[in-house]
Amino acid sequence: MLHDFVDQFWPSTVDGISLGSIYALVALGYTMVYGVLRLINFAHSEVFMLGTVAVVYTVTEIGVSSPLSGISLIAMLVLLAVVGMVASAGTAVTLEYVAYRPLRKRGASRLAALISAIGASLFLQQLAALVIIPRLFHKPKEGGRLPVQSPNWVERKDVISIGDFVVRNDKLLIVVSAVLMMIALDQFVNRTKLGRGIRATAQDPETSVLMGVNIDRIVTATFLIGGAMAGVAAALYVMRFEETNFFVGFLLGIKAFTAAVLGGIGNLRGALVGGIVLGLIEMYGSALFGSEWQHVVAFSVLVLVLMFRPTGILGESLQQARV
Amino acid sequence: MRRSIQGLAAAAVASTLLLAACGGNDNNGGGGGGGSAQPSTVKLGFMGDLTGENSGIVIPPFNGATMAVDEYNATNPTTKIQLIRYDSQAQPDQAASLAQQALKTDKIVGLIGPAFSGESQQVGPILEEGKIPSVSPSATNVTLGQKGWKYWHRILANDGVQGAGIAGYIVRALKAKKVFVVDDKQDYSKGLADVVDNTLKENGVTTQRDTVDQNGSDYSSTVNKIKAAAPDAIFYGGYYAQLGRLIKQLREGGVKARVLSGDGSLDTGLPKGAGGTNADGAVVGCPCNIDRTGVSSPASKKFADAYKTKFNTVPKIYSAEGYDAATAFIKAIEAGNTTPEKINQFLSTVDTPGVTKQIKFGPNGEPAGGEIYVYLFKGPDYTLLGNAKEAPAPPA
Repeated sequence: MLHDFVDQFWPSTVDGISLGSIYALVALGYTMVYGVLRLINFAHSEVFMLGTVAVVYTVTEIGVSSPLSGISLIAMLVLLAVVGMVASAGTAVTLEYVAYRPLRKRGASRLAALISAIGASLFLQQLAALVIIPRLFHKPKEGGRLPVQSPNWVERKDVISIGDFVVRNDKLLIVVSAVLMMIALDQFVNRTKLGRGIRATAQDPETSVLMGVNIDRIVTATFLIGGAMAGVAAALYVMRFEETNFFVGFLLGIKAFTAAVLGGIGNLRGALVGGIVLGLIEMYGSALFGSEWQHVVAFSVLVLVLMFRPTGILGESLQQARV
Repeated sequence: MRRSIQGLAAAAVASTLLLAACGGNDNNGGGGGGGSAQPSTVKLGFMGDLTGENSGIVIPPFNGATMAVDEYNATNPTTKIQLIRYDSQAQPDQAASLAQQALKTDKIVGLIGPAFSGESQQVGPILEEGKIPSVSPSATNVTLGQKGWKYWHRILANDGVQGAGIAGYIVRALKAKKVFVVDDKQDYSKGLADVVDNTLKENGVTTQRDTVDQNGSDYSSTVNKIKAAAPDAIFYGGYYAQLGRLIKQLREGGVKARVLSGDGSLDTGLPKGAGGTNADGAVVGCPCNIDRTGVSSPASKKFADAYKTKFNTVPKIYSAEGYDAATAFIKAIEAGNTTPEKINQFLSTVDTPGVTKQIKFGPNGEPAGGEIYVYLFKGPDYTLLGNAKEAPAPPA
């Protein structure tokens, strides 16, 4: 057992960090919406899923003839990240308009919004399976539940190789992109006027309205940014796995939400820490006990962390985040 | 608003009455026809996932069964057969309520199906109570044959036979010393993987186990384990969608060992999911005999040609098994058995050549003989390597 763990330590570390980076990007959407609205947007997993569908569709339409590497791979990834951002952010903002805003305007309880979120999640899953995937990929109606693959567009090669510590180009790109996006977002929230508005609303919605903050605009911006981050995650996910399906958001969404709670929900930097810690725990847990224990280990650690730090690892929330 | 609802309701009532009236007339007509030496009709059912996500492996046996029934009806027999389709979508609950409908409303005399093991677990007791014989063309779970059901049969060997056959092939043809066995924790997958694992161990092969998550997409922890173990071969019990994903990540991770699997992976979706040429060289076993051009026997040749003419496609997985399952019922009806009880008695003694094998059932409903065939993936498709007992090792 321990022998297996030692054997697989470095590969597990690399895979854990790269998997955790995708969790972290998706976790941002949960954490931002929670910070501003105190709402757990369960449909965020479908925001991610529709992003992956858009990205796979784009790769298929572009028709890559041979796998890409180096600069052309990075250029393609940037293009796909933009596509993913547009698709996911568009979905997130539409979702807010259709499923949450009407409830908010009528002063419905948070519980109502939560149910609305679960409903929207199921609706989007089935919409993807019955309409979007069959239409985009020219499949018969019953084919919408099968996974769709993109052509092989990533040439995978090792870029760092020191003994057991081997890092593949796609895994490195995932980590670098995720960290870059996190830094950009952190700067945005802490330094721009809109970012200040988001923090103000998170802290005290009533007072910020009195101070001239347009709350609807802030909420739209929050969903837009959270969606865009999920879109980047979608592009990275497709680069890694080259496939998607209507159900892909489910497990990943749960994991990302867990990462958000683990890092401290409402806390942007916490999402990154939570994501990477969760990714590592999962990989180390599987190396030690076998892959069937992956989820058990991950959630046991979550419970333990919350017992000693009920607000998560970094604790602090969006409302108190200051430069 | 209210008025329009009343209107609708009235229309609905009217149409129901009309339908009932039509039904009544129909029945009268049928009764009258029976009296005047017209051929009578008995109803057979076919149950399985005919439109859902797994329909790819249920439509071929349905086509096979349809073909057998059409051929029989074309001979102008005294008792014609009407084949009724029950689309269970592979949902056990739905299958159970369809079985009630087949029993009480349609009054079928026999059922071809259910196609999958899960739905068979639910439908079996209902048919047992209603005393309706069934022959499944594709359910392979071992426990189905151990329930003591008297009206249940299947036309192909179960997962116990399949697992042993594939493990035997790994030992004999591949001469593997170290095998990594993976499953997805589901009934079918784990059952098959357990049989393969145990048979390999009995033959002195070292094995290691791990699992993948059916709904997950990241299999890197399993890949890392396999890489560290460096096995001669990898066996996966489970379906092609997950295996495709696993093969892709294995090959990208630099693992080159040969991959083997069971009938759940015998689908052209496998190379698609694995991407590129990653699935080339994968060997998949199946208790089904997919003889597309009919090389194994004259009966098989005749079947393949007729199938091609009728459906404009080569026979696919379980096509011939569907045909044979229907043939078992047809032989019973030909011999003058038109009640479920008599048909069931006939099935216990039937011994007639089918397309895939001699149609003959043991007392537990299992087929008397059952061979395991192995198939080799290459490019977007697969070809028959031969019977698992004698098939050669695939080219490296």
